[in-house]
Amino acid sequence: MSYVKSLTRRDLLKTSVAAGSLLVIGGGFVAASNAAWALEVTHLKSSTMATLIQMARDIYPHDNIADEFYAAAVKGYDTAESKGPVEEGIAALNAAATGRGHASYLATGWERDRVDTLRSMESSPFFQQIRGGLITGLYNQKAVWPVFGYEGESFSKGGYIDRGFNDIKWV
Amino acid sequence: MSVSFDKKDGNVVVVIGTGPGGGVLASELAQKGVKVVALEAGGRHGPEDFVNDEWASFGQISWLDSRSTSGSWRVAKDFSGLPAWIVKGVGGSSQHWAGASLRFQEHEWKTQTVYGNVTGASLLDWPIDAKTMDPYYTKAEEKLRVTRTGGRKGLPGNNNYKVFEAGAKKLGYKDVHTGRMAINSKDYDDFVACQQTGFCFQGCKWGAKWSAGYNEIPVGEATGNLEVRINSQALKIEHDASGKVTGVIYADADGKQHVQKARIVCVAGNSIESPRLLLNSASSMFPDGLANSSGQVGRNYMRHMTGSVYATFDKPVKMWRGTTMAGIIQDEARHDPSRGFVGGYELETLSLGIPFMAAFLDPGAWGREFTSALDQYENMAGMWIVGEDMPQETNRVSLNYDVKDQFGLPTPNVHFDDHPNDIAMRNHAYKQGAAVYDAVGAVRTFPTPPYPSTHNLGTNRMSAKARDGVVNKWGQTHDIKNLFVSDGSQFTTGAAENPTLTIVALAIRQAERIASEMSKGNI
Repeated sequence: MSYVKSLTRRDLLKTSVAAGSLLVIGGGFVAASNAAWALEVTHLKSSTMATLIQMARDIYPHDNIADEFYAAAVKGYDTAESKGPVEEGIAALNAAATGRGHASYLATGWERDRVDTLRSMESSPFFQQIRGGLITGLYNQKAVWPVFGYEGESFSKGGYIDRGFNDIKWV
Repeated sequence: MSVSFDKKDGNVVVVIGTGPGGGVLASELAQKGVKVVALEAGGRHGPEDFVNDEWASFGQISWLDSRSTSGSWRVAKDFSGLPAWIVKGVGGSSQHWAGASLRFQEHEWKTQTVYGNVTGASLLDWPIDAKTMDPYYTKAEEKLRVTRTGGRKGLPGNNNYKVFEAGAKKLGYKDVHTGRMAINSKDYDDFVACQQTGFCFQGCKWGAKWSAGYNEIPVGEATGNLEVRINSQALKIEHDASGKVTGVIYADADGKQHVQKARIVCVAGNSIESPRLLLNSASSMFPDGLANSSGQVGRNYMRHMTGSVYATFDKPVKMWRGTTMAGIIQDEARHDPSRGFVGGYELETLSLGIPFMAAFLDPGAWGREFTSALDQYENMAGMWIVGEDMPQETNRVSLNYDVKDQFGLPTPNVHFDDHPNDIAMRNHAYKQGAAVYDAVGAVRTFPTPPYPSTHNLGTNRMSAKARDGVVNKWGQTHDIKNLFVSDGSQFTTGAAENPTLTIVALAIRQAERIASEMSKGNI
C-alpha cells in the first residue's frame, strides 16, 4: 500500500518525525518507519491518523499483520464528515493517556499501558465505533486472510472434494 | 411456462413468501392444478450468482429491513437491529440453510403431556403427532433427497467432522454420523453431488443443496399454474364484511401499491414477518389483527436454544473446507430430566470463515484473549448447539410504532428472554461440547453465544383449541377459514431438531388439504 506515490525513503526521513515505534508522520501523511508504505491524510491531523492506527492494532493485535492493514482498516475515517468526531475521540484518548501519566497515547511504550487507557474508555461511543468498524475493516480484507490460513472462495477451484476436505491425519 | 394472473382474479390462491413453507406449498398446489400467485418480498438469486464471500453474500441475500429487539437475550445486546439472520428472496431461508433434515422425536409432538408443568413455559401438545406426520416426512425426505433416509448414503466427513467424531467417540457418544442432510451424496440426473466447497450458508453454487428457490419453484412455474411476483412485499391482507379474506395489498419494487384478489391467502413470511402482517392487517372488524381472537398472534416466539463451541488445537483442522454442517451427535437429543432440564439438544458441526468468526466468536470482545484465538483459526474446530427452547407467552413479535418502514408501516420488535430451562440446557451443552474437544486434545475451548436467530418459530402456533393458538391442525386459522399460515410460525413447540424438514412436511400436507377442500367447495 502506498497512497503517496511520489514519496521516496529520503523524502520521508527528511520530512517526518517518529510517532510511536512503528510509524512516522509528516505533513499530510503517515508512513511506516521503513517507508514500506505511506498513507496520505487529507482531513485528519497526521498524528490523529497515526494514533488511530496504533489504537486499531491495540484493539485487535495480530503480530503477524503489518500496520498497513490496520491503516487500510481506518483510512475511511479521513473524511470531512468524520473529522470532528474522530479528532474529538482521539483527543479524549490522549487525555486519558495523559491522565494515567503518559505523554500521549502514542508515546505510551507498553501495549498493556495503552490497553489500560483503552479499557478506561471502552464504553464510549467513539471506542465502540472504532472497534465495531474494525470487524469488517480489518478482517474482511482479503489480503489478511492468508495470515490466518483462511483460503476464501473455493468454488472456482472446484471446492475441496479433490483438494483436501478430509486430509488431516492426526485424529 | 411463464404465466401471469389478473390482479382482479379472485380465484387464485395467494401465497406470501416462497421459502421452505410457502415455496413448497405454492409449487405443490400448482402441480395439483391450483392457480397460485406467490408474492415474494425479495428478488431471485441462485447458484449462478451466489458468492463464496460471507459479507458480500450477507448483503446480497439477507433480510435487512429495520427490526428492533428487547429482552434479556444476548442477541439484543450484540445485534440489536438484527434479531434474525434469514433470507429475503425466492427460496427464502432455504437458500442459506445448512441442510440438516431431522424428524421430530415422537415425544416432541406432546411436550405438555411428557414434560408436565414447567413454570413460566406455555407448553402445549401439537394437535398432530408422529404417526400423522410419518408419510409427509417420507415425502419431504424424498423431495429433499435427504441422506441416510430412503436408502441414500451419507455424506463423507470433512476435517471438522473428523475431530468432532473422534472426540464424541472418546467421550462415549454412540449416535454420531455425518447427518441427515438435504445435500446430494451422489449425482442425480439434474443435480450434482456435493463438491465439499464450504460456503453452504452463502447459497450452494453447485445447486447440490436443496432449496425451494431452484428445486421447487421452477417445477411449479413449469405447470403454468404458478406466477411468482418478485420484489412484492405484502403490506396488508384485506377481508370482506363476512370476515373472509379477499386479497392482499402489496408494494412492488418501485413502492407502488397493488391489490391481488384471492380465494385463499397463505402466509409464509417466516415467524417475524408472518405475525407482523397479521397484526398490521388490523381493521375495525378485527382491531387486534387478523386471526387474533386468542391474542396469540406474535406470542410464543421461539428461536431454539443455541450457542456454539469452538476449540483450538496444536495441529491444523481447516474446518472451513467441505460441507458446513455434515456432522451430528444425537445422544443428548433425548428427554432426560436427570440432566436438570426438559427436552434435549443436538450438536452439529459448524464452521465460519475468518470474516464471520471475527464478528461472532465473542461479539464485542477485543484484545489478545480474542485475537490469540483468531490467530489459531487454522487449528480451530467448531460445532453448533441446537436444542428445544421453552415457549413463553411474553416472548413475542409485536409492532414497533416508533419505527416505520419505507411503506409507513410499524416495524417488528422481537422480545425474548431465555427461560431457566434454556439456560440450564445451554450450560450443559457448552460443557459437553467442550468435553468433546478436550477428549482429542483441545488447547482452548470457546463457549460462543447465540448468533442472530436462524430458526424463528411459533408466533402463530397450532392448537387443538381456538383459544390456545392461531391455527388448527391444517395450519388454517381458527378465526378465518380461507386464511392459512404455512411456515415455521405454526410450530406449537420447537423440538430439538432443525425445523426445515418439518416445515416442508407440513407444507406438503397443507397443499393436499387445501386442494381437497377447494375441490369440495369448502373454501
